Amino acid sequence: MTIERKFKIGKPILEVKNISLSFGGVKAITDTSFDVLEHEVRAIIGPNGAGKSSMLNCINGIYKPQQGTVSFKGKEIPNITPNLMAQMGLSRTFQNLALFKRMSVLDNILVGRKLHTKTNFLEVAFQLPKVKKEEKINRERSEEIISFLEIEDIKDTPVGKLPYGLQKKVELGRALATDSSVILLDEPMAGMNVEEKRDMCRFILKVNDELGTTMVLIEHDMGVVMDISDRVVVLDYGKVIGDGTPDEVRSNQKVIDAYLGVEH
Amino acid sequence: MKPVFMTYTKKDLINLAVCMVLSVLVIPTFITTEYWYTSILIPWLCLALATIGQQIVMGYTGQLALGAAGFMAAGAFAMFNLILRVPDLGFVGSLIVSGLIAAAFGILFGLPSLKVRGIYLMVATLASQFFIIWMIDKFGWFKNYDSSGIITAQDIVILGKPFTTPLAMYFVCLAVTTVLTLLAMNMARGSTGRNWMAVRDMDIAAESMGVSLLRTKVQAFAISAFYCGVAGALFAFCYLKSLEPVAFDIKLSFKILFMCILGGLGTINGAFIGAAFILLFPVLLNAIGNNVFHGAIDATIISSIEQVIFGGLMIIFMIYEPLGMAKLWENIKQKWKTKIPSSTNLKSSLGKKT
Repeated sequence: MTIERKFKIGKPILEVKNISLSFGGVKAITDTSFDVLEHEVRAIIGPNGAGKSSMLNCINGIYKPQQGTVSFKGKEIPNITPNLMAQMGLSRTFQNLALFKRMSVLDNILVGRKLHTKTNFLEVAFQLPKVKKEEKINRERSEEIISFLEIEDIKDTPVGKLPYGLQKKVELGRALATDSSVILLDEPMAGMNVEEKRDMCRFILKVNDELGTTMVLIEHDMGVVMDISDRVVVLDYGKVIGDGTPDEVRSNQKVIDAYLGVEH
Repeated sequence: MKPVFMTYTKKDLINLAVCMVLSVLVIPTFITTEYWYTSILIPWLCLALATIGQQIVMGYTGQLALGAAGFMAAGAFAMFNLILRVPDLGFVGSLIVSGLIAAAFGILFGLPSLKVRGIYLMVATLASQFFIIWMIDKFGWFKNYDSSGIITAQDIVILGKPFTTPLAMYFVCLAVTTVLTLLAMNMARGSTGRNWMAVRDMDIAAESMGVSLLRTKVQAFAISAFYCGVAGALFAFCYLKSLEPVAFDIKLSFKILFMCILGGLGTINGAFIGAAFILLFPVLLNAIGNNVFHGAIDATIISSIEQVIFGGLMIIFMIYEPLGMAKLWENIKQKWKTKIPSSTNLKSSLGKKT
């Protein structure tokens, strides 16, 4: 990528050090370390069962790794919870869609504004002027995101009724609504057709370019990943087997072996 | 549709105006028999209010709770003791404080929701039902050491004026229910309601968006118990006119649960529809028994038939319309709209031309 970027890639914003995670006797991740730089698009790839999603769940605090630490914005975080990470400015999407199915698209995205909502339930019940002011700001921001993602026509539809590709878009929208500095995307393009994938890539790059949001994404499709990411980390059997620019990773023998298989 | 006033759309305001005209002007002028007030309208308002409480915790926040009658008992006996011991609070003050006392119980019995869910939570919340009733029975202080077991409720006095006629009591219930319903609607449509529904639909995602599960669930339980507490106080003071723990047994909790499910989970108007249905249905059956069969069918058989039909309806609704009667009503309206608009559009376009 030779084009001049508005947000220059900076210092590490997220560091994962020596993470080990096991479920009973099954080791999902073993002694894994990597970092994510500010404003970059960072991909985590690997074959099925390589521990990619477990890795994201560790960063986000859904899983508690037995060993290792996660540092965010220069601070090591001892007791990670999803809530705490959200408050620190890290948002995410989920692999098998975790939308609020009975709520409309707009309401889903508005939930993403939760951390920008300071009024309590009593103030909401009595609809004080400051509630209206805050609601107006949140709605305007949500509408902005909806038009950015080009989903204006479905904003009042309950999310459960939408096709898969659109639901993925809504989930990205909800993560964007948090105005987080880092967004973790768990297989944002899984199950999409070529056109939808191209659209999703465009949105990811556009968000990164215009807002400077650091994107960490897990993806299966090697081609897509190599095109849009600045750096790629490759996991296999819970271990890092390659880390670097797409070109470096592509020529890494271990990565080729993991993906294509190797003769024993 | 865009809200024109607070969170209300134009349609809501029209609905509200229609309801108010009906309940304040039409009903008092046309219904003069006491029976309708004392046996139908007053309990309907009280139970609808309790059902809103159940809706908040079950329909909106998705926590299966079964102890509404326990919180109602807490509210009712708190009211009795407050009027007895702190007369300075006045009726409205006592009503609010008894709601708050019930809310405190709600917080206590809502805590298990952080660890258990689904049917297990339902069993855990049953504790509130049994504990509160047991506590009132066990300690005589709550009943002012009355040995008879049934205490007469004090007369309602607001700002020095007694409200003792059925019509006056109906207005008291109506006023309280209206205010609390509007507040509940504001919460349900605002950020508070969105947090509740987010926890209901996908709790992990909600947490990742910064919604605290602890705070949201406990808040929902507290608000729910507040509504049940106020409803319980009104139920005892306006409908039963007496206080006895037996009136708030598990059967009442189930009744409120049925009202909630039949009316439509996650809707405020469903609370009123469900409460009306469950209250009016036995009346209707009795009327049929008396007028069509001229008392040939035994009253006990009629009440058994009632149970059978309720059970059947619950199953039918669960299968075909899990969102209840409110959704059914919505669907009917939708069908009407798709049939009619062609003619109304025609009219309006004609109107513009001329």
